[in-house]
Amino acid sequence: MDHKEDKRFRVAGHEALIGIALVLINFLWWYGFAFGLGGQPVSDYDWIFGMPEWFFYSCIIGFFLMVLLVIIVVKYMLTDIPFDDEEDDHE
Amino acid sequence: MNSMALIPLFAFLILIFVVGIYTARNVSRADSFVQEYFLGSRQLGGFILAMTMIATYGSASSFIGGPGAAYTYGLSWVLLAMSQVVTGYFVLLILGKKFAIMARKYKAVTLIDYLQGRYGSNKITILSAISIITFLFSAMIAQWVGGARLIESLTGLSYESALFLFAVSVLVYVIIGGFRAVAITDAIQGVVMLGGTIILLIATIIAGGGMENIMMGLKTENPNLLSPHGHDGELSARYISSFWILVGVGVVGLPQVAVRAMSYKNSRSLHRALIIGTIVVGSIMLGMHLIGVLARVVVPGIEVADKVMPLLALEVLPPWLAGIVLAAPMAAIMSTVDSLLLIVSSAIVKDVYMNFINKDAKEKQVKRISFWVTSITGILVFLMALSPPELIIWLNLFSFGGLEAVFIWPIVLGLYWKKGNAHGAIASMVSGLVAYILFHSFAPNYLDMHTVIFPIVISFFMYVVVSLFTHAQYRQNGWV
Repeated sequence: MDHKEDKRFRVAGHEALIGIALVLINFLWWYGFAFGLGGQPVSDYDWIFGMPEWFFYSCIIGFFLMVLLVIIVVKYMLTDIPFDDEEDDHE
Repeated sequence: MNSMALIPLFAFLILIFVVGIYTARNVSRADSFVQEYFLGSRQLGGFILAMTMIATYGSASSFIGGPGAAYTYGLSWVLLAMSQVVTGYFVLLILGKKFAIMARKYKAVTLIDYLQGRYGSNKITILSAISIITFLFSAMIAQWVGGARLIESLTGLSYESALFLFAVSVLVYVIIGGFRAVAITDAIQGVVMLGGTIILLIATIIAGGGMENIMMGLKTENPNLLSPHGHDGELSARYISSFWILVGVGVVGLPQVAVRAMSYKNSRSLHRALIIGTIVVGSIMLGMHLIGVLARVVVPGIEVADKVMPLLALEVLPPWLAGIVLAAPMAAIMSTVDSLLLIVSSAIVKDVYMNFINKDAKEKQVKRISFWVTSITGILVFLMALSPPELIIWLNLFSFGGLEAVFIWPIVLGLYWKKGNAHGAIASMVSGLVAYILFHSFAPNYLDMHTVIFPIVISFFMYVVVSLFTHAQYRQNGWV
């Protein structure tokens, strides 16, 4: 059961880190706008397209931002690798 | 219920049924029955992959319970639900390529095969099989009850006939078609879920006289509905954030989701699924929960929160369109149930029967056993859903959190941390499960965070500490 260092695992590890980075960006954006702008009394809210500003930025713009980031990551940062082993296992 | 609305609903049931049966032809043609029946021969493309993940994960609660809660709590519940956007990309990026490579290396068809390949321990196999069968079996029953209640309230059929109708339409294609039938019907159901959400959102905004009008209506009723802290100001930032673990990143540990990450064809389908998955899961979660909030102004005074979505659809849409939109929750329930059924059946056939009972089972035997196990499981679920026992309801309450606490670290650290070993994994699974049961019973929402948080932290430390502690022993024996 020895795992030979496979070049593909470097790619996979790298992409998992990208996943964690995306989650952190996502969380900070979501949290910052929601509880930053939304923390004040409702009577002080600003409105965009009829919605409270915090909600518009946190939930709607935040969602579009993540879609955009995921597209950028997929287009420019992920690597195409084969999943099957080139040589057969000798087990 | 208007009969004009029933026609599209039944047409949808029939469509799913026919497509499921049509797909079943692949089972008899496949090179390996087990690979095809439980994993669709690892041939899923990007679109089907994204849709089956979302449909499996988005259950009755996204379409019935979720909008109902949003109706009560206001925009804060939409905020909470948006933590699920993360599942669209996180699961695929974390498990991603490494899981696909290792699963192929171990020739794994189920999550348990993968754990067996990685840790080589029968104890883990047994422990996992027990957790999966117990938790998912009860989760399945809860979904069926939801599905039957929905049909019951829409059609006026009795609960028993509604359940029967629902059971037959799901069981037949799962039993004969296996994973591929499930994935392809999931994809159709996913499209219906997305379409239904968009139509209903637009119709609701129009019926309420525009977004601004509705929001002002909410403000007049109770300004707190527009704050991120809920209608009575009781939802703390910490509580809402803790859902990032339960319904966001923790989803990596759910067997029914993880198994899909071994089913894709190649990197390209994985890449496409990342984009499609993020867009679709975000739109459905944002749309459906926002609909729930808006409904408070459009159809005020609904007392049973679970009825918000059906009542709203019938109110703001022409009947035939309401029928199409109401197929969405049904699709969500069906697509969750079909996957759970197959996971439970694969745990019994592949992980228990083929590992321990009959090691050299012939292809034909396995085929026969698989059909029987899937059928009997389905029938058992049907019988139990007729009047769910107390224990099942209790188990279902924490099935997702419990599974996450059990599986997340053995899966994730098993992939990325070389020193992780079987002792660590067992310690992590047992402590995660026990901690979850204890927290659930004695200190739910401890420190104002969802119950799942501490068990996941505890099982992480157990995994790391025990693995490090036993590492030397493994190295001595040349196991690493």
